Amino acid sequence: MIPEIGHFALILSFCFSIALGVLPMLGVYQKNTLLIWLAGPLVAAQLVFIAISFALLTWSFAVDDFSVIYVASNSNRALPMVYKVTAVWGAHEGSLLLWVLILSGWAFAVGYFSRNLPNDIRAMVLSIMGLVSVGFQLFLLYSSNPFLRFLPDFPLDGNDLNPLLQDFGLIVHPPMLYAGYVGFSVAFSFAIAALLSGRLDASWARWSRPWTNIAWVFLTLGITLGSWWAYYELGWGGWWFWDPVENASLMPWLVGTALLHSLAVTEKRGAFKSWTVLLAISAFSLSLLGTFLVRSGVLTSVHAFAVDPERGMFILVFLAVVIGTSLIIYAVRAPTVKSYAVFELFSRETLLLLNNVLLIVATMTVLLGTFYPLIYEATTGGKISVGPPYFNLIFAPLILLVLPLMTLVPQIFWKRSPTTDLIKKNIIPLLCSFILCAGLWISSDLEATNELNIQIILAVLFATWLFIALIKDLVGKLVSYKKAHQGSVFDGIRSLTLGYYGMLLAHAGIAICVIGVAVVSVYSVDKDLRLAPGDLVEMGGYQFEFKGLSQTKQANYTALTANIEVTNEAGERWIMKPEKRTYPVRQSQMTEAAIDAGFFRDLYLALGEPLTKGAWSVRIQVKPLVRWLWLGGLLMAFGGFIATLDRRYRAKKVTASGVGI
Amino acid sequence: MNAVHKKRLIIVIVGVAVFSAAAALVLYALNENINLFYSPTQVAEGEAPVNKRIRVGGMVAEGSVEREPDSLKIQFTVTDYENSLIVHYDRVLPDLFREGQGIVATGKLDDKGRFQASEVLAKHDENYMPPEVSDMLKKQGANASEAAPKL
Amino acid sequence: MNSKRLRLFLPLIGFVVVCGFLYRGLMLEPSKLPSALVGKAFPEFSMPGLKQGQQLDQSMLIGQVALVNVWATWCPSCRAEHRFLNQIAEQFDMPIYGLNYKDDRGKAVQWLARLGNPYRFSVFDEEGSLGIDLGVYGAPETFVIDHNGMIRYKHVGVVDMQVWRELLLPLVEELQLAADQKVIQ
Repeated sequence: MIPEIGHFALILSFCFSIALGVLPMLGVYQKNTLLIWLAGPLVAAQLVFIAISFALLTWSFAVDDFSVIYVASNSNRALPMVYKVTAVWGAHEGSLLLWVLILSGWAFAVGYFSRNLPNDIRAMVLSIMGLVSVGFQLFLLYSSNPFLRFLPDFPLDGNDLNPLLQDFGLIVHPPMLYAGYVGFSVAFSFAIAALLSGRLDASWARWSRPWTNIAWVFLTLGITLGSWWAYYELGWGGWWFWDPVENASLMPWLVGTALLHSLAVTEKRGAFKSWTVLLAISAFSLSLLGTFLVRSGVLTSVHAFAVDPERGMFILVFLAVVIGTSLIIYAVRAPTVKSYAVFELFSRETLLLLNNVLLIVATMTVLLGTFYPLIYEATTGGKISVGPPYFNLIFAPLILLVLPLMTLVPQIFWKRSPTTDLIKKNIIPLLCSFILCAGLWISSDLEATNELNIQIILAVLFATWLFIALIKDLVGKLVSYKKAHQGSVFDGIRSLTLGYYGMLLAHAGIAICVIGVAVVSVYSVDKDLRLAPGDLVEMGGYQFEFKGLSQTKQANYTALTANIEVTNEAGERWIMKPEKRTYPVRQSQMTEAAIDAGFFRDLYLALGEPLTKGAWSVRIQVKPLVRWLWLGGLLMAFGGFIATLDRRYRAKKVTASGVGI
Repeated sequence: MNAVHKKRLIIVIVGVAVFSAAAALVLYALNENINLFYSPTQVAEGEAPVNKRIRVGGMVAEGSVEREPDSLKIQFTVTDYENSLIVHYDRVLPDLFREGQGIVATGKLDDKGRFQASEVLAKHDENYMPPEVSDMLKKQGANASEAAPKL
Repeated sequence: MNSKRLRLFLPLIGFVVVCGFLYRGLMLEPSKLPSALVGKAFPEFSMPGLKQGQQLDQSMLIGQVALVNVWATWCPSCRAEHRFLNQIAEQFDMPIYGLNYKDDRGKAVQWLARLGNPYRFSVFDEEGSLGIDLGVYGAPETFVIDHNGMIRYKHVGVVDMQVWRELLLPLVEELQLAADQKVIQ
């Protein structure tokens, strides 16, 4: 009965979404306050029923109801309870349900926190979110129902969750990513509502900003966690692979970043309105496109079995309707949106625009690289893959252009800015970073470097420059506050806005991340070796001794553990234990790497396969500063979060429009 | 030409310059970094270029895996049931590499017609798999995106 | 409409182009793995059947247009497919042969006893060697062979009623017709 109730709740939620998509919108055009008021209750009802549906699917997993096909395919009696619960979103149907749950959650949050918005705008935004939700729920009900049963007879035990997913990474990574993707639907809905109503002004930008911020924070966290997860779970020490699924999350991130900055210009200066709206539409469109890529199997084409052309077709039609309609609305309505702001060539506006252009170029490059195999096959019939070097080649120069821009933008003014000041402001930070880089370079072991090229040196130099300039900017602001107000340092700190601190943290995060990427790609040591018990190798200043193997049996797998003793230059010793796990239900093997994590370097050991005479192939890696890239990601997310808390977003009831009371 | 027009002109010129520089770079990068896929038959018929990064795929022939006793060097035969190709490799193999499994290898064909692989991906013969998982497996080297090698 | 307005349609045009490629991509049917064996004779084999003591070879597949279905108990999609195979075996006069692939004999026999047996017989390919000769990627896969034992088509994934009606049945009927005509001549 439980799965049927879950299914029924899903259908009810679907009905409420339809009502939400139609009635309040109708109310806005007919000026019917009752219909407009309905948006609130409908949004709540939609959330309640989708939550019930989700809870009941989770319940089916918890009680091992293998009569449900989805449960039988992704769970097993021996699976620990925590993984039974997280297995809910371990495959297509359940993750889609989670997607809809998060979407409804966002819609509810918008309804709740935006009570100070004019009622008609709020109703319109919620209506548009309802329509998006209708599309996804239709998809769920039509071709991806997680509540289908094996009847009349069902298996006694399930097929088990994929061992790769039996991990903490799975618990947090997909929901974060989805929250980010779906979060852009808020900015998207605001943009469409603004186009339809023709009210695209500074207050519109102010309403959109916190929502865009938060979505961006989730996406940043999702990408960071995904990269970290791939690093420790996939067994080979890589942290970014440029594969279609990663690219699918990177593209909305890049456009979302552009959107954040463009929204700032629109709010503060009333410029770039039409461009901002287009970015808001694009950020969500790329999120949807990502979903399509991941789920249609168009690009990860192998999985003949996972690929259901019907599903792919459904998402394609959905994409065409949502994105196509919004771009038509844009093309027709955007001319009504005019920007009157005047600014000089050298001003914060222009540099932010340039930064936007660079981010868009980056997005287009990723898009092209991701789709090129498809284009190639469609036009010539040949099969190709686009290798990571393509992306690296493009991204390195783009980063080198973005970093100095990031340093300069906060230093110059809106409208117009004198250039003379800049040299004076930057000479010390540039000099400092130059000395720092030179010092590091001289002190580092040059023989260990892989390929030290000019791009890497410049990247580190610019990143340190950015970092130092940020600190100098903060200190400068505090000093001038003190001079002007005679207040304490604490007062000075309090006088600056959270938006400013958010910017500092996020930009510092980028600097740290870039340094991490640059250093780890140049100074990593990575070797595959044959090790027999008693063998000793030396690498990157560490000694590794293969002591032997031991076997252990766990609830749902057996593990073969290698004991490898590591000795550092100071003579300290410790044991690292990489594992090879065998999961009997799926008869699959997994490599569980041993990682000795540190702020300045990671040691990474992975067990390959058994060779002759008791020897094993082992991959040993020493990865300096690898942690910095995730640390940078977390800092960016934290900065975005802080900026969202800025006081000015907690606006009072808007009375200017005369509608909201 | 007044100031506004001049400003606009400069913005447009800078924009066009950035875009065309990017476009040129992209075209160059794409040209350098696409790896064409060949089947053992195509290689046997001489369609594949020598000393250029390509990818080949097929099944690992039963009983063809040979290891050198004191190193990681390994060689095996990849077949599409019509022709076969010997692949050399000297790194750790993916978890799912087995005889009789489908694989995709990236590397170069040397003058003697041997394939020197720099990366080997094994395909997964599991039945049902969600796209996210197949993607993760691919990263792990357990899967091959381009999967469908033309057998 | 002036050029500025037209410019606003650029994103839309770009998107339509992307959609076109995506559509082509879907139509390329990633699930279609053309087998090198299509148009060739079913590979030779001599193997035990699933039934204890049964010995089978390729000659036993010759004579009628038939399906050869690769299945295993470790494959949940095969379970979903099984009832369709039962229906097809019941409703159509055409043999279905099974290839029990890399499986456990006890489990496989139990499975057929529980879910019904649509197969005339099942080859028991414990090591998967026949699977290799056939270029099998996984289970389920289904081959259509003609009355001479030539492989005519390979379907990867579940055969459900839609696949059967739209893809396999027309081919089977065509092959049966050709076979009948040969006999008459």
